[in-house]
Amino acid sequence: MSTEILMPALSPTMTEGNLSKWLIKKGDTVKAGDLIAEIETDKATMEVEAVDEGVVLDLLFKEGEANIPVNKAIAIIGDPNEKVEVKKEAPIEKVIEEKKIEKNIETKIENKKANIIDTPSPKIEEDRNLSSEEITMRQALRDTMAEEMRKDNKVFILGEEVAEYQGAYKVTQGLLQEFGKERVLDTPISEHGFTGLAVGAAFKGLRPILEFMTFNFSMQAIDQIINSAAKTLYMSGGQINCPIVFRGPNGAAAQVAAQHSQDFSSWYSQVPGLKVIAPSTPYNAKGLLRSAISDPNPIIFLENEILYGLKGPVNNDVNFSIPIGKANIEKEGKDLTIVTYSIMLQKSKEAALRLKEEYNLDAEIIDLQTLRPLDTETILNSVKKTNRLITVEESWPFGSVGSEIANIVQRDAFDYLDSPVIKVNSADVPMPYALSLEKLYLPQVDDIINAAKKVSYIK
Amino acid sequence: MKKLQKADYIKMYSFMLKIRRFEERAAQLYGMGKIGGFCHLYIGQEAVVVGILMTIDKNDSVVTTYRDHGHMIARGLDPKRIMAELTGREDGYSAGKGGSMHMFSKENNFYGGHGIVGAQVPIGTGIAFTHKYNGEKNICRTYIGDGAMNNGQVFEAFNLASLWKLPVLYIIENNKYGMGTSVDRAAAGLDLYKRGEAFGIPGEKVDGMNVFSVIEAADKAGKYVREGNGPYIIEVQTYRYRGHSMSDPAKYRTKEELDNYKQTDPIEIVKAEILKKKIATNDEIEKINKDTLEEIKNAAEFATNSPFPKDSELYTDVYL
Repeated sequence: MSTEILMPALSPTMTEGNLSKWLIKKGDTVKAGDLIAEIETDKATMEVEAVDEGVVLDLLFKEGEANIPVNKAIAIIGDPNEKVEVKKEAPIEKVIEEKKIEKNIETKIENKKANIIDTPSPKIEEDRNLSSEEITMRQALRDTMAEEMRKDNKVFILGEEVAEYQGAYKVTQGLLQEFGKERVLDTPISEHGFTGLAVGAAFKGLRPILEFMTFNFSMQAIDQIINSAAKTLYMSGGQINCPIVFRGPNGAAAQVAAQHSQDFSSWYSQVPGLKVIAPSTPYNAKGLLRSAISDPNPIIFLENEILYGLKGPVNNDVNFSIPIGKANIEKEGKDLTIVTYSIMLQKSKEAALRLKEEYNLDAEIIDLQTLRPLDTETILNSVKKTNRLITVEESWPFGSVGSEIANIVQRDAFDYLDSPVIKVNSADVPMPYALSLEKLYLPQVDDIINAAKKVSYIK
Repeated sequence: MKKLQKADYIKMYSFMLKIRRFEERAAQLYGMGKIGGFCHLYIGQEAVVVGILMTIDKNDSVVTTYRDHGHMIARGLDPKRIMAELTGREDGYSAGKGGSMHMFSKENNFYGGHGIVGAQVPIGTGIAFTHKYNGEKNICRTYIGDGAMNNGQVFEAFNLASLWKLPVLYIIENNKYGMGTSVDRAAAGLDLYKRGEAFGIPGEKVDGMNVFSVIEAADKAGKYVREGNGPYIIEVQTYRYRGHSMSDPAKYRTKEELDNYKQTDPIEIVKAEILKKKIATNDEIEKINKDTLEEIKNAAEFATNSPFPKDSELYTDVYL
């Protein structure tokens, strides 16, 4: 019987990989544990071991072939003499078939994640000065940090694995090489300590960029963020400001479960003294991160791990920035308003396409970009036009950014509303591990469509 | 160590006395309802900050805890404006928005005044990081109460400071009680100065009632840090005469214990030395006493007459 060797997922968010090298050739005998290939992912190049044994019957991809989806067969191993038997043994094939179906479901979900990443980039406006080349969000963030570090010696970066490892998610790739270890510092795993240290450095006039490997770990340091960074300007009567950027991935990645999948947008947005930014594309990531690094206040910059691979055009002008506190009307529409941010922009766009196709509803999409200070004007103007509002975000429902928007809209645009505001949030539970439950937990396109139907009184 | 001059003795005496008179007046204003909230007095601990003061460069930075009035006076800040902050008035160092625990003076490199136990330790370490990053020869003195020595972030900061050889001098003011809990009921191992050993940070224990001992230790430690050897810990054994804060009757200790410490009052020690060395006469000392009392009385008057912050100030200084 023969067995397919599938492209492995080497990280929770990997959707495809490049076959950088075969370590076996056709006709080789492979034992479990033997190295068979080198696979390059978005984060690293890793060796892959065989788990099944047999003779290599076929290699399905050549060395150097790129973007091979996870779970795609890349080689076949088996016993060359038993080929005929395999055909005879129908029940075994059936088992394989069933297994394939299961895998197909998984692949579908994985591909769905990939699809999110592949949705078209924001509409291109003439004045945007967009590059012809598309880059990933990861590169956009990296490039912006490097550009700002070249401009201002006071900007430095610290965090876990940001230097020699090149970033846990490769967002700081190459910075150590360009700026040296005085300005790109690997810290020990002590968030409370190094966050306080960075806050002190900012008080004294430096401009730290602090990377949390993920924002989940910022809870270890939240006292320094809120009690020290956010409040000292006020407590000192305006004397001591804290120009610091806290950045890193926020929210769910893929199946990393409750302690590593949490959205902190409303937590930090509640705090006066902090500004909170959540980019959704490489384009706005660049413009917003530049504004964040130049800002004299403490900034919470919420990235999203799944979006790191999102490609899009950017503005390569090293002075290009997007103002903090300004939302972007991602798509104009007349029938209802969808207010969203970060990764949920992509799902909202997908939902808007289907709303048009299936229900002839023309949704306006507002990408908040900044959560605090909130661009209430753009939201209110849109609601006054469409008279219907849904908010879409990954955070838990209680006291979320959407809750505050609902409050503002009912207060300031009550007479314009034709239906109650509906919020689309994650489920009000800790993040489960199981793939099926994780999908249920997170807001999906169907949830957005249902909310849109509801505010439009469509059954 | 450079030899103390006659003027140094007078300076020490004046500063220590000024701190004491200030705190006594603050207690009075608190009792009158002119000062609200928390108010932590420094009485008994004056030799610590004044001893350190004698060894500093004005471009060095300082960061301390919420027991900060004495630190500000020793930094040469104006008692009028400190008291005005205590009374929550617009002339206060934080324009009335910080209060007793949250005072800063950027121009004097005084970085607070921190209300969260232990939080100032990583912050001071970060200020030291900046001195090093900028290639300055200055150090950051980071004061720590004995209570904070059981707080996790302190050790995270110790590790970072030693790992990166940061110019930070940690000064543990061991006044024997973290609020109402004595050190021996809170700390496993009473030699707090040894708590940097695992990180390779040298430490030393010093008699904090005697300003001359403090100067000697601070001088040695300061040199070590300034020369780029990394952090150093001084544990200063001191005692607060008052409760943890104004609302603390300090029933957890005996009158005998307090009286015992008062026998070695830090101000009396300096005064005796001045008289013994004939640096000043009794009359001259009396004059200092009278002038200090007058200065603090004026500060209190200033602080109670300064206007409250304008209502519009509520929304300023949230963002720069």
